[in-house]
Amino acid sequence: MSCKCGSAVKDERFVKIDQILEQNGRDESFLIQNLEQIQTALGYLPEDVQSYLAEAMDIPLSKIYGVVTFYSLFTTEPIGKHKISICLGTACYVKGAGDILAEFERQLDVKVGETTKDGKFTLQACRCLGACGLAPVLNVNGKVFGRLTADDVAGIIGQFE
Amino acid sequence: MEMVTVYIDGVEIKVPSDYTVLKAARKAGIKIPTLCYLKDINQIGACRVCLVEIEKARGLQASCVYPVSEGLKVYTHTPKVLAARKSVIELLLSNHPQECLTCSRSTNCELQSLAKEMGVSDIPYTGERTIHDLDLSSASIVRDASKCILCRRCVSVCNQVQQVGVLGLIDRGFEATVGPSFGHGIGEVNCTNCGQCINVCPVGALRETDHTKRVWQALADPSKHVVVQTAPAVRAALGEEFGLPMGTPVTGKMVAALRRLGFDRVFDTDFSADLTIMEEGNEVIDRLVNGGKLPVITSCSPGWIKFCEHTYPELLDNLSTAKSPQQMFGALAKTYYPEIEGIDPKSIYSVSVMPCTAKKYECQRPEMAQDGIPDVDAVLTTRELGAMIRRAGIDFVNLPDEVADAPMGLGTGAADIFGVTGGVMEAAIRTVYEVVAGKPLPNLELEPVRGMEGIKEATLDIPNYGEVRVAVAHGLANAGKLMDAVKSGKKQYHFIEVMGCPGGCVGGGGQPLVTSGQRLDLDEEYQVVRRKAIYAEDRGKTLRKSHDNPAIKEVYEKFLGKPLSEKSHHLLHTHYTCRGKYNVEIPEAQAAAKK
Repeated sequence: MSCKCGSAVKDERFVKIDQILEQNGRDESFLIQNLEQIQTALGYLPEDVQSYLAEAMDIPLSKIYGVVTFYSLFTTEPIGKHKISICLGTACYVKGAGDILAEFERQLDVKVGETTKDGKFTLQACRCLGACGLAPVLNVNGKVFGRLTADDVAGIIGQFE
Repeated sequence: MEMVTVYIDGVEIKVPSDYTVLKAARKAGIKIPTLCYLKDINQIGACRVCLVEIEKARGLQASCVYPVSEGLKVYTHTPKVLAARKSVIELLLSNHPQECLTCSRSTNCELQSLAKEMGVSDIPYTGERTIHDLDLSSASIVRDASKCILCRRCVSVCNQVQQVGVLGLIDRGFEATVGPSFGHGIGEVNCTNCGQCINVCPVGALRETDHTKRVWQALADPSKHVVVQTAPAVRAALGEEFGLPMGTPVTGKMVAALRRLGFDRVFDTDFSADLTIMEEGNEVIDRLVNGGKLPVITSCSPGWIKFCEHTYPELLDNLSTAKSPQQMFGALAKTYYPEIEGIDPKSIYSVSVMPCTAKKYECQRPEMAQDGIPDVDAVLTTRELGAMIRRAGIDFVNLPDEVADAPMGLGTGAADIFGVTGGVMEAAIRTVYEVVAGKPLPNLELEPVRGMEGIKEATLDIPNYGEVRVAVAHGLANAGKLMDAVKSGKKQYHFIEVMGCPGGCVGGGGQPLVTSGQRLDLDEEYQVVRRKAIYAEDRGKTLRKSHDNPAIKEVYEKFLGKPLSEKSHHLLHTHYTCRGKYNVEIPEAQAAAKK
C-alpha cells in the first residue's frame, strides 16, 4: 500500500454520498440505511465507495464490508438493468426452481450471481419470497411471476429485452 | 457491589450481582468450558460451548453471558448439557481440517483440548468443508482461514482493543469467514502486524511467519558468525514456555539456552535500548531546546509505527527518527561489532528474539538495510525460541544462569523496563533529566507512567528547562485516542510514548499464549503479572540509567562519536512513509465526530 493522501478528485459519486450522509446522519446506527440509499443512487457498492463511507462514518471498513456481504440486498458488483431473482426456497425448489434457474443460466449465458455482458440482466437466487402458493416463483424488477416451468423462461426474458 | 446467592450444582455460593454464571461457577470450583469467550475482550455467547441448564429457563443457556440473580439454580454437567457441548464440538470438527498432528498449535489448541475434555471419540458428521487458501501475504502473520472456527476473538481484539479493524466477519452462514475486506491478504491492508490476533486465536488459524528454519540453517553453517539479541520482555515470559510460573524472570537461563543452541555470541537488546535512550533522549533535548517539532513521539514499537503510517500520517514528523532498539542493534552488529572483533561483516548473521510479530515486518523494511543487506536477518518470537529450545532437547528449567557476552550484551535497568508500558518514558526521563538539569533525578521510579491505565500523563519540572508534559499510551485504541487529542490541540505534550500492544511488550503478539481459561484464573491482567519480572530486573541492577552503561560510553568513544553524530544518523536513525489507510484512492471525507 502506498500513500493516497489527497490525491483523488471528488467525483460526483462521493458528492452524492455526502448528501445522503448529511440527510441521514453519520452515526453507526445509520449504516444500513446509508448503504441502502447509496446503492440505490450508485447501483452498487464497490471498494472505493465502502472505503469512503468507512472514513466518513468513522467505522472500520471491515465492519462495513461485513454488513454488505451479510445482506443479500447489497452488491459489490454492478448489476444489470433488470434483476431476475429466482426463489430457491424449499417449496419452489421441490417444484423445480432449480431447472428454471438452469434454463436462465443457459439462455442468458451467465452463472447465478452474474450479469450479462450487455449489462441488461443480472441473475440471482433469493430466499423465500413468501409466495409459496405460486411456487416456483421469481421476481423481475419487483414484478412476480409464478407457477413457472422452464418453457416460460424465453417469454420472461423477451418481455424485458 | 450487592451480593446474590446462587446454587451451582447444589452448592450455595454468594457472588457479586454483576457476575455471569460462568464467573460464579468458577468461584464455586467448576470450570465451565469456553471457546469464543475471552475475558474482557469477547463475550458474545456465540459458540455454545459454555451451555448450562438453569432452573426455570427455557433451553440451555450460554453461561458466559447469563447474568446471575438471587436464588438462581444452575446445573453445569447434566447429561443434557454434556451432550449439547459434545455436539457443538463435533459440529465444529466436521468442518475443520483435522491436521492436529502437523498443526502449529498441536497440544496448545483450545479446540483440541475441548474435544478431549468432551470425550469426542469420532466425528459423526460428514459433509462439505470450507477450504480457503493460506494467506502468506504478510511478513509477520500467516492466516489459515480453513482452520478458523469463527469465534471472533481476533475480530474483537483487532477492532476494539487495537481499533485497527482489518479483521471482520465476512458473508453469512456456511460461507462465513474472518479476514480483511474485499479478499485482500492481511499483508496488503492496513494491518499493523501487532499479532494480538494470534495471541487470542484458540486454534491454528493465525500464527507468526516462521523464522526458525532460517535460524537453524544459519546455526548449522560454519561460514556464518551468528549473533543473537533478546528483547527485554522476552526474559519476562520465556519461562512460561517451560511451565514456570508467569512473571518468573529467566534472563540467565535464556542466555545459557542460546549458547547451547549454538549462537556464536549471545548479546542483549538491552544494550541497544540504552543506545536508543541516548539517541532519542538527545533528540528530545534538541527539539525542546532548539524548538523542533513537538511532541516527540517514541518509535520503538513497529506496530505503532505502521499504525501511525496508515492512520496518522500528519504526525509522522513528530515521531522520533531513532530506529527501534532491534534495528539499532542490527546496524551495529554488522558494522561496529565486526570492526572491533576483526570479523568479516559479511559473515555476520544477526538474529533477534522478540516478544513481537511486527518486528518480523520491521526487519525487512528497505530502510533497515545497508547496500541491500538487512541489519537483522531473522526475528524469532518468544514462542519460536521456546520451540527451538524444546526441539534441541535443552532442559531449560534446570539450566544454570549465565551472563550475556560483552560488549553488546550489557544493559542497564533503564533498558529492562522498555518491555513494559511507560518504560521507555521512564528510561528517557532518567537520562534527559540528568543531562538537562545537570544533577541526578531524585526518584528513579516514575510512578505516574507505570500501570495499566490506557493513557497516563505526568508533568515534570526539569531544572534549567522548566515544565515538561509527558503522556504514555499502550494498545493502539488508546494510542488513537491520544493522537486525536494531540491533533485537535485538546492536549499538548512535549514527549509521548506509545507501545502498540496492551501492557507494552510484555503483552506482545509474539509472547507465550495465555489461554482463555488461564486469563479467567488470574486475579489481574497477565501483562501485570509479567511486568513484575521486568521491574524486578531493573531494581536488581546497579546501573539503572542508560548514560551510565560503560558499553554505551565505549561505542560512542570508539565508533559513533557522540549522540546524533553523522555516523549515528546514518546508522541509527530512519524515516517513515505515509501509507494510506485503504487499498483504493478516495477523496478526503469529512469524518463523523469521534465518539
